[in-house]
Amino acid sequence: MIEARGLSKRYGDKVAVDDVSFTVRPGHVTGFLGPNGAGKSTTMRMILGLDAPSAGTVTVNGRAYADHPDPLRQVGALLEAKAVHTSRSAYNHLLALAATHGIPTSRVHEVLELVGLTDVARKRVGAFSLGMGQRLGLASALLGDPKVLVLDEPVNGLDPEGIRWIRDLLRHLAGEGRTVFVSSHLMSEMAQTADHVIVLGRGRLKADQPMSEFLATATTTHVLVRSPDADQLAALLQGPDVTVQRNAPDLLDVAGLSAAAIGETARDSRLLLTELTPQAASLEEIFMDLTSDDVEYRT
Amino acid sequence: MNVTWPHVVRSEWIKLRSLRSTWFTLAGAVLAVIVIGTVVGYATNAHWSSIGPEERARFEPITRSLVGVNLGQLIIGVLGVLLISGEYATGMVRATFAAVPRRLPVLTAKAVLYAVVLYPVLLAATLAAFLWGQHGLASHGTTLSAPHALRAVLGAAAYLDLVGLLALALGFIVRSTAGGIATLVGLLLVLPGIGQALPQSWRENTVPYLPSQAGGALYIPRPEDPGSLHFWAGGGVLCLWVLGALVIAGVLLKRRDV
Repeated sequence: MIEARGLSKRYGDKVAVDDVSFTVRPGHVTGFLGPNGAGKSTTMRMILGLDAPSAGTVTVNGRAYADHPDPLRQVGALLEAKAVHTSRSAYNHLLALAATHGIPTSRVHEVLELVGLTDVARKRVGAFSLGMGQRLGLASALLGDPKVLVLDEPVNGLDPEGIRWIRDLLRHLAGEGRTVFVSSHLMSEMAQTADHVIVLGRGRLKADQPMSEFLATATTTHVLVRSPDADQLAALLQGPDVTVQRNAPDLLDVAGLSAAAIGETARDSRLLLTELTPQAASLEEIFMDLTSDDVEYRT
Repeated sequence: MNVTWPHVVRSEWIKLRSLRSTWFTLAGAVLAVIVIGTVVGYATNAHWSSIGPEERARFEPITRSLVGVNLGQLIIGVLGVLLISGEYATGMVRATFAAVPRRLPVLTAKAVLYAVVLYPVLLAATLAAFLWGQHGLASHGTTLSAPHALRAVLGAAAYLDLVGLLALALGFIVRSTAGGIATLVGLLLVLPGIGQALPQSWRENTVPYLPSQAGGALYIPRPEDPGSLHFWAGGGVLCLWVLGALVIAGVLLKRRDV
């Protein structure tokens, strides 16, 4: 369980995280979404006690991270960039981390096996691919068999097979009753993995709800309607939950009504339709919509 | 299975020994101290007839065989800085301080481990430099039983050890390899040079207390500068520098974000 209350982080004048409160519950994969620069990594660093909050608190399993006598056994973390000395072997890296808690060497071999790095365990980490680096990061996260996992962009740099592997692993870990908190800037990836979602945009909380609910509310369909009688039709379609946008003299973009309902309205008033096209918004679009004012750096 | 100080020391030992650069750098420092001391000994003996009376009067065989410390201190210093700056450069610090979020045990474990592991190695180097250096000096040399000889050999190793710790503390403060090494070189080599340009009354009250000048008393029994501190006082002042730097490093480590 991770609980953030009024969590804020300022760097000089810049506000990276702005009064954010949320709870990440055990037994679920919780997706932590937001564009690059939204404050996800900063939030995760505050959870791990690496950055001190400017205001507010965040606890893990009821205590501040640094107050746990055995932090690696409470929280396993995969941090955004490779947090590994590039000249050391994967085995020695894990061995050094394990030693801080007196975790036995057998566990080091176990996690290496689990992430599929046994064969390259003695190689310098500097020679690893991005995907192997992510696997090593996961191995360090799992070292203490923790109840909570905090993973920053774990699928970055993985091939499709690796992505599926991570997805299954995360679901499996959540199934065992662990708290799994995963950040991503890719909505579609999260839709397949997470059952709860927390969305951050420019440091502010934008959404905190079950994934199914999030998708349902967010997928209001648009329908493109082309008609020579667009004026008349627009007036007829107007309603409390309906927005009609005029994109061209004969083209309407209608949100809040199904294509069938629009077709019926047109037939009832004997108006000609030349095109009626439902536009299912992609997950990426929903996500962009939600955070569009909040993208700090457009590429 | 909790984080304890002995556990952190063990972790730091694994980190120290699992980097090839540790062993290369340490071997470099040891070689520098031994080779320079030996070569200077033989060279001095071979050119004795061309040495003027003034220089002969100043000649002191113990210090002569330990001049390699001048280069050795920089190599040991680089290793000290790298011990932590290497972690900042690669991002390893985040893993380190996520595992030990109280942070201070990492600083103290690194310091104690570095000092303890280093000392016997450095002592072997200064002893070898002394013995081979005196062998090279032949009739102009001295022995370990001469006054201050053993103390200088032990002191030279202690000086290098303390410089290593100072460098480690600077690495924690500056958090970058280049910055840490530059600061160390500034403290050890540049400041004494600048000090020489100060008016005499200022110079007398500052230069002898700089780390390399004060620490020199540990292995230079007959300093050229009459204002120099003596063995215990000089060693004590260098210890204060190291302690001060470690305290600043500790305070910053607790305060700053990783």
